[in-house]
Amino acid sequence: MLNVGKIEEGFVLDHIKAGKSLSIYHHLQLDKLDCTVAIIKNARSNKMGKKDILKVECDINTLNLDVLAFIDHNITVNVIKDGEIVDKKELILPHEIKNVLKCKNPRCITSIEQGLPHIFVLADEKKEIYRCKYCEEKAGEPNSIW
Amino acid sequence: MNPLDFTVEELDKLFDLADDIKADPKKYAHACEGKKLATCFYEPSTRTRLSFEAAMLNLGGQVLGFSDAGSSSASKGESVSDTIRIISCYADICAMRHPKEGAPMVAAGRSGIPVINAGDGGHQHPTQTLTDLLTIRALKGRLGHFTIGLCGDLKFGRTVHSLINALIRYPDIHFIFISPPELKVPDYIIDMLSEKGITYEEVIRLEDSIAQLDLLYMTRVQRERFFNEEDYVRLKDFYILNKEKMKLAKDDMLILHPLPRVNEISVEVDEDPRAVYFRQAQYGVYVRMALILTLLESACLS
Repeated sequence: MLNVGKIEEGFVLDHIKAGKSLSIYHHLQLDKLDCTVAIIKNARSNKMGKKDILKVECDINTLNLDVLAFIDHNITVNVIKDGEIVDKKELILPHEIKNVLKCKNPRCITSIEQGLPHIFVLADEKKEIYRCKYCEEKAGEPNSIW
Repeated sequence: MNPLDFTVEELDKLFDLADDIKADPKKYAHACEGKKLATCFYEPSTRTRLSFEAAMLNLGGQVLGFSDAGSSSASKGESVSDTIRIISCYADICAMRHPKEGAPMVAAGRSGIPVINAGDGGHQHPTQTLTDLLTIRALKGRLGHFTIGLCGDLKFGRTVHSLINALIRYPDIHFIFISPPELKVPDYIIDMLSEKGITYEEVIRLEDSIAQLDLLYMTRVQRERFFNEEDYVRLKDFYILNKEKMKLAKDDMLILHPLPRVNEISVEVDEDPRAVYFRQAQYGVYVRMALILTLLESACLS
């Protein structure tokens, strides 16, 4: 089995659906960070069978938890200090997400109005449905993210 | 922006005011003297624009504006946000129609004056809904406790979407959606009805359900909502209400239509006392008068 060492300071995203880690890496814009990032794919998991893990050695405040919650709120976020887990952040579906998704409705005002933020509002918490604030178009899958 | 911006109680107040205007129009003939309404219509709609203008003129106010995007600064590429900032300097209240969904909402967020959504794309048409509600209340004597059939283009017809949103707040309403499969009500409306436990049926033939209806809301299959002419031609004549079908309907069923009609209601039905769509247009002026008065009053207070 492959071993990836502990990180001293940063966060670990655990219980990512197998195969989704690279997409999350991009959505969280981790490629723009100048720090160590470990992407672990298909790790063994009692709970999920297979899972992905992301280890990121940087300040937790650089992480957009709203985007992460929107992508998959079942991901576990462990905050690491001095090599130990000091906090677990609960991911709650955000009330609204701004400039994360683009509205795909060609009739929506966001398609022509410059400088207008693309805002999606949580319309149904149970079904995890977001709708465009302006035209009420249903949000696409998180993988249709900007 | 949306029929749900008003509570049921606020709507009752608005409709009471509209009733009062209808009963004694002279009392309100100078109510908006010195006030100006800007009608910003980025797509043509003579009927709605004239209804707004008539409403303001009846209140003693004045109107200015444009009736299509080509004659506005939008043709030069000006954004809605910029246009409304300028309009706010010229008028006291604005009625905006725009082909892009959510445009009036964007305008309202940037505006210093009240903005009324006069229709945005296939999304909402709240003043038509207020017209429909006032007509139903005036002619049926109640809002609630009825079965309503909505017939025609239920996918792109914004009047239908707005009306459903408004009616779900009243008790004991059963919806029957009558449309070709291509023009069914959007899934978000069906989801909303299911979540709220509101009963509905989806049927294809008007004849199959007309006998159950207390109200029949007919809509036009709009050419401008189609991406190609072939689809439009194939679907436009799908549902036509004529004398024969009216024989199946209840004696007190009312036929409403947001107008203009093309051929979905035969002219022979116009003489039927159950056809109230022309009276509906008159109620539209009363309710817009009530709305302008109410919004200008709240703008003065704030």
